[in-house]
Amino acid sequence: MLEFRSVRKQYENGTVAVQELSMSAETGTITVLVGPSGCGKTTLMRMVNRMIEPSSGAVLVDGTDVREFDAARLRRGIGYVIQQAGLFPHRTVLDNVATVPLLSGCRRREARTRAAELLDRVGLPADLGRRYPAQLSGGQQQRVGVARALAADPPVLLMDEPFSAVDPVVRAGLQDELLRLQEELGKTVLFVTHDIDEAIKLGEKVAVLRQGGHLAQYAEPDALLAEPADDFVTSFVGRDRGYRRLSFRDSRRLRPEATDTVHIGDTSADVPSRAGWVLVLDAHRRPRGWLPPEAAVDGQLTEDQLVAGGSLHVEGTSLRGALDSALSAPSGLGVVVDGDGGYVGVVTARQVLDLIEEHRSSVTAEGVAP
Amino acid sequence: MIADLLAWLTNPEHWRGAGGVPAQTLLHLYYCVVSVGTAMLIAVPLGLYIGHTGRGATAVVAVSNAMRALPTLGLVTMLVLIFGLGDTPALAGLVILAIPAILAGTCAGVDSVPSDIVDAARGMGMTSIQRLWRVELPNALPLLIGGVRSAMLQVVATATVAAYVNLGGLGRILLDGLAVGHYEQMAAAALFIALLAVAVDLVLAGISRLVVPRGLALAAEANRDGS
Repeated sequence: MLEFRSVRKQYENGTVAVQELSMSAETGTITVLVGPSGCGKTTLMRMVNRMIEPSSGAVLVDGTDVREFDAARLRRGIGYVIQQAGLFPHRTVLDNVATVPLLSGCRRREARTRAAELLDRVGLPADLGRRYPAQLSGGQQQRVGVARALAADPPVLLMDEPFSAVDPVVRAGLQDELLRLQEELGKTVLFVTHDIDEAIKLGEKVAVLRQGGHLAQYAEPDALLAEPADDFVTSFVGRDRGYRRLSFRDSRRLRPEATDTVHIGDTSADVPSRAGWVLVLDAHRRPRGWLPPEAAVDGQLTEDQLVAGGSLHVEGTSLRGALDSALSAPSGLGVVVDGDGGYVGVVTARQVLDLIEEHRSSVTAEGVAP
Repeated sequence: MIADLLAWLTNPEHWRGAGGVPAQTLLHLYYCVVSVGTAMLIAVPLGLYIGHTGRGATAVVAVSNAMRALPTLGLVTMLVLIFGLGDTPALAGLVILAIPAILAGTCAGVDSVPSDIVDAARGMGMTSIQRLWRVELPNALPLLIGGVRSAMLQVVATATVAAYVNLGGLGRILLDGLAVGHYEQMAAAALFIALLAVAVDLVLAGISRLVVPRGLALAAEANRDGS
């Protein structure tokens, strides 16, 4: 467990970066520190590996004050990932990843073998190990940064805005990758970001910090969206928090319904006489798009006759995805698929909203009951 | 003039013995290597210390600018007056000439290492010395060697003054020509000094290629392509 006990950081010029702050991060979970710039989130994180010493208060790792350790040794035992990855440009990718094991006295060969395993673990091909950081894309560099932090298998991982310098698509990929890794490794992660969406996606608990280093709220993401503690948190989590909360509502009670389907390659005779949209599947029953009402089909049905479909909702995932699939489909019917991407059925936005209403009334009923 | 120069160059007398071109060139080169080498022994550690700690940078900039302003000939004359004739005062003058460029190159080199890289090194548990040796020094090499190259060029040109205090080197040929009014001899000496400067710089460029880590060369290339 990571524990901050009334830590305070005041710089010599009088600026207070962190104001008497106490909180703790559970072992094996991702805890996110989020807030605008100047809220002291990075300062707070850097106190854990003694990159910054608090003016008063203490930081404890598993009950031991970090000041009891030698700073360099403490840092070798804590993974550290920073914004621009901070890879050493003069070393190969493999040697970058092997840095901490080598510092701890591991043999070069052993360290490199371990480094190669880690590259694989973060989803990078082995031959990338011989290249230099300048030859990698931003997203690849960030993966190497994560691999390097994990090389000594530290129980605690500090991540300072690690994904903020890459484009949104790559960022989403890296976030999913982190969640997948965390499922395998179960590290105690302290993650700093200014992006509330990232905080809500990654954090099992989220600490919202306000300028001047005040802890505004520390809660699970769902609770943060449902009951923001004050006006600052309300404005920080943003306007569409109601919609975003649906991310935490599972869709198991949603009942997909059947709709008319045809397959690519079917002839006009197979296409049902219809007044509405028809869903088109491929040979593996994966949705390919929609056939508009009244559209004529000459001969065989091909891909270029289709209207692109909306987002797909994977069975059992959050209601947010279910609602989005219905809203984004040209037919107004959200396509539900199974884990392999095979067609299951369709849902309407109405069904999703009914489920939300049902949930609300059941919660209210519980609340009212004595 | 050109014919006189060619005549001087093709006279076998000028290529033989202790006063001949090959021997004087070697001696010239010896002065340069010794003085730049000594200057490196002083300036590189000092530059690394200043760049690493950020301490004393202003004082060093002031002192090295003052050193740059010193006229080498005056300095060498003064050193000879104090210490007497011999290699040492002349070489000391060249060492003092070479220090500012090497010091500036080393400081700038360490300074140019991106702060996120140093921060990462610290955050991963490198001690101060490990950071200097394993991260700052390798990354400072391109600018450090640049400083050595410019110091070497200055020294090759200025080592000519060594002759003024009764030493050898290509300056001997030049000053002897001046003394007897043989301008073709002076032109030949000037030509050899220029050729030596170019040759030495090419050698240093080759060394730079060998010692600058490949990753840094690639990064520099990527930067050029990007901008």
